[in-house]
Amino acid sequence: MKMLESLSAFGGLVLLRDSVEWEGRSLLKALIKKSALRGDQVHILGCEVSEEEFRGGLDVNINSRLVYHDFFKDPLNWSKTGEDLPGGPLDVLRAICKRTDPGPVTVALDSLSWLQLHVPCTTLCQTLQALSYQYSSPGDNSSEEKVCVLGLLHEELHGPAPTGALSSLAHTEVTVSGTVGQAWVAHILYRRPGQLPACQTQWFSILPDFGLDFQKGPPLEPQTHLGPRKPEVDPTAHLTFNLHLSKNEKEAKDSLTLPFQFSSEKQQALLHNGPGQATSQIFYEPDAYDDLDQEDPDDDLDV
Amino acid sequence: MLAAPARPDWLPSADFARASFSRALELCCSSASVVSSTSPSGPGPLFPDLRMFPELNNLLNTAPDKAEQGRLTLLCDARTDGSFLVHHFLSFYLRANCKVCFVALIQSFSHYNIVAQKLGVSLTAARDRGQLVFLEGLKSSVEVFFQTPEEPHPLQFLREAKAGNLQPLYEFVRTALTPGDDGEAAWRCPVLLVDDLSVLLSLGLGAVAVLDWMQYCRATVCCQLKGNIVALVHDREDTEDEENDILLNGLSHQSHLILRTEGLATGFCRDVHGQVQCSGHCTTSWSAEAADSVETAHNPAGPEPHLSVQDTGQERVLFC
Repeated sequence: MKMLESLSAFGGLVLLRDSVEWEGRSLLKALIKKSALRGDQVHILGCEVSEEEFRGGLDVNINSRLVYHDFFKDPLNWSKTGEDLPGGPLDVLRAICKRTDPGPVTVALDSLSWLQLHVPCTTLCQTLQALSYQYSSPGDNSSEEKVCVLGLLHEELHGPAPTGALSSLAHTEVTVSGTVGQAWVAHILYRRPGQLPACQTQWFSILPDFGLDFQKGPPLEPQTHLGPRKPEVDPTAHLTFNLHLSKNEKEAKDSLTLPFQFSSEKQQALLHNGPGQATSQIFYEPDAYDDLDQEDPDDDLDV
Repeated sequence: MLAAPARPDWLPSADFARASFSRALELCCSSASVVSSTSPSGPGPLFPDLRMFPELNNLLNTAPDKAEQGRLTLLCDARTDGSFLVHHFLSFYLRANCKVCFVALIQSFSHYNIVAQKLGVSLTAARDRGQLVFLEGLKSSVEVFFQTPEEPHPLQFLREAKAGNLQPLYEFVRTALTPGDDGEAAWRCPVLLVDDLSVLLSLGLGAVAVLDWMQYCRATVCCQLKGNIVALVHDREDTEDEENDILLNGLSHQSHLILRTEGLATGFCRDVHGQVQCSGHCTTSWSAEAADSVETAHNPAGPEPHLSVQDTGQERVLFC
């Protein structure tokens, strides 16, 4: 089973950790689409991008199932238009906690980083804890309703302490990474109660309609989706030198004695003065204007 | 990776997602080549395109007559001065007939005006005809202390013992860029230009307060008015300034286009002074890995770009 595909079905808090290089909002939207198609009630807490931008790319069918709580336009009530939502974003989360209608719920926090920067960490963690482990209304046979909270967390914006606090709350952590031009890589850490944490790595790509396309491993031809392949360039073409030797050239090369190779012929040549050596002489004619000092031959050097 | 995403118009090249794609633009910064034009003719192009960075426009697939709307462009500089990009975008949007609100916290009006004149644009003329709303931080910061308390000042936070938020500055931007009933609809789209955001941190504001202000500006300028925002942030990677890191990374997550200017890793060079890396980051239709990288250079010694194109052959463009 694709663990990434069924993340929102497990319930609890799912952390989607992304970075500037590898943004996780596309994955968040892909998981939201999965939840909506599964029939969950989907609530979006939009704090970082506009509603129009968030809904962009999703089908009309999917968009009609999303309940969008807009905290992007006026989160601090500066505009005083009266259109702002009552209370803050945490009040919306608490209202979702107190819901009475049955059925699984998915809450997407876009982003958890925004909430972390604006809300005290303890308050945020308590609210998330209450939301993730809520039970259905008291009169409803106390059967546990699954609430999945998908929180997008920009890793660079937080220190280790708040990140650690949120990690300890999360059932599942998905760290998005990859290499440019290749498929995305999701490193999934899944904690089950009473069991050791399970790790899994999945390669995937996100389709334009925010469907997930899983791959078995790192793609060998990473740029198949990205347009026509670059024509392969032969690095050995147009060289100014010869890479290969013919048979004759190789024999000539092997038979050549290099200057540093000592052989018996060279030894004989050194021991016996040849005719060439007898005729070699060095002539030195001093320059007429040389100021040679016999006592100090290095006089002209600046030492 | 989004499979086969449609190439956004604002990205430069058809093979935008190739990791190996890179081009080099080099600026040679001989001061003798600065074209000193003091024409008061406003945005009228004396020598069209030669007074801006035409190569940068080509790579971003943009031009004054087809400027994109609803975009946040983040300018970032590390170990060098990226203000030449601010001058570029200021002249670019004035030429594009956009209504520009320039929050200038670093230099005086005359400084920006002199540089703009070298780029063929007169800020004085643009301000007189209402195209440019200029907030001069250096002058306004003094005025804050001599005004009556009833008047809201854009830099009101300077008076507060504990710097709170930038709501008055947001109100200033919103008022400046919201079209009125006096025929201002003639302007193409509103543009907010900020030079720079890091100085707000130095003035005592927190990163979250600056991010909140930017969020309100995005909601109003980019989403409501369909305009653009260009903001400069310094990357103080060596100083471990946590607030600045939060500001830079927070804005990087929200930006549609990031132009990162860096000094050369190998040190100073006479002809090439740095490189600009261009990456796209958009949440609607595609994502950050679809990045394009461009290398260029700029003039670190002064704000004047030197733009006489000598050789535009292949992938390296030399300027002097």
